[in-house]
Amino acid sequence: MTAALLTLLGCQLAGEILAHLLALPVPGPVLGMVLLASALALQPRAPEALRRVSGALLRHLSLLFVPAGVGLVQHGPRLAAEGTALAVALVVSTVASIAVAAVVFRAVARLTGDADDAS
Amino acid sequence: MSGFADIWVYLSATPLLWLGATLAAYLLGEALHRAAGGSPLVNPVAVAVALLILVLLATGTSYQTYFDGAQFVHFLLGPATVALAVPLRQNWSRVRRAALPLAAALLAGSVTAVLAATGTAALMGAGRDSIASIAPKSATTPIAMAVAERIGGLPSLTAALVIVTGILGAMLAGPVLGAMRIGDPRARGTALGTAAHGIGTARAFELGEVAGTFAGIAMALNGLATAVLVPVLMSLPG
Repeated sequence: MTAALLTLLGCQLAGEILAHLLALPVPGPVLGMVLLASALALQPRAPEALRRVSGALLRHLSLLFVPAGVGLVQHGPRLAAEGTALAVALVVSTVASIAVAAVVFRAVARLTGDADDAS
Repeated sequence: MSGFADIWVYLSATPLLWLGATLAAYLLGEALHRAAGGSPLVNPVAVAVALLILVLLATGTSYQTYFDGAQFVHFLLGPATVALAVPLRQNWSRVRRAALPLAAALLAGSVTAVLAATGTAALMGAGRDSIASIAPKSATTPIAMAVAERIGGLPSLTAALVIVTGILGAMLAGPVLGAMRIGDPRARGTALGTAAHGIGTARAFELGEVAGTFAGIAMALNGLATAVLVPVLMSLPG
């Protein structure tokens, strides 16, 4: 389990270093994911310990966003003034983005002759 | 009663208190989520964030003090993002077969999110820096904050808007996709990851591993797309 944790942190660190050295606009963890995915692609499947540790982290993924969300508390005055505009903009754009992405996915999947798996 | 005040002073100076409060608030959010029959409308993150904000306001605690404790949870976002490589590996052949619809859906969803957010905010009279802060809000937090800074937004406001977007996406995806009769877990996951980054991805994993995997990839790719597209879209006239 320690080795699996070190693998995740090591990939993140390598990603951070790459992002800084190459001045990429992508955060270290995202590059770290690409690095780990490339390394795993060379193996028939991910090692058992890594699957367990990753599964544990991903099962609690939403929890990890709580501290950043509480940051809303710093923006009281702005939210009082522009909160409605921002809230409406978030709802409209989130619904539109979900709908457009899903419809385009289905349309292109049908065009390329790839039927829905589940329906 | 001075005993209690002493304990409070001691506890507020250690990370223990706010780390514990974060976990407790989230557990309560999860319990409510389950009590509501797993309804996406009772989102554990929303419950936890609302509770913690109330506690901070009631106790006069600054966000900085809170974050000194909660940063240990926040830190795990990095390794968790790297960990998305594992389900990606497990489902790689399925992802590769869907590369074309995935890429098209991602680009369309990404551009829609940016234009709909900035357009609506502008129509509703939001200020310039608020509009710049909302533009990258569908991307994952670190990317969105970096992009906001580059185009004249407020990174800390962007971070909060990103989280609210994720919560909204997790809440609204079910009804929206249901109304459109989209059952393909790949399309559902792609939509969730594109529109609502990691919180949408967490919701997609609740729907199943295939939806979660597609959401994770869509989230990572939308991070890239947002970093490239937002500065371009925001420099367009109008």
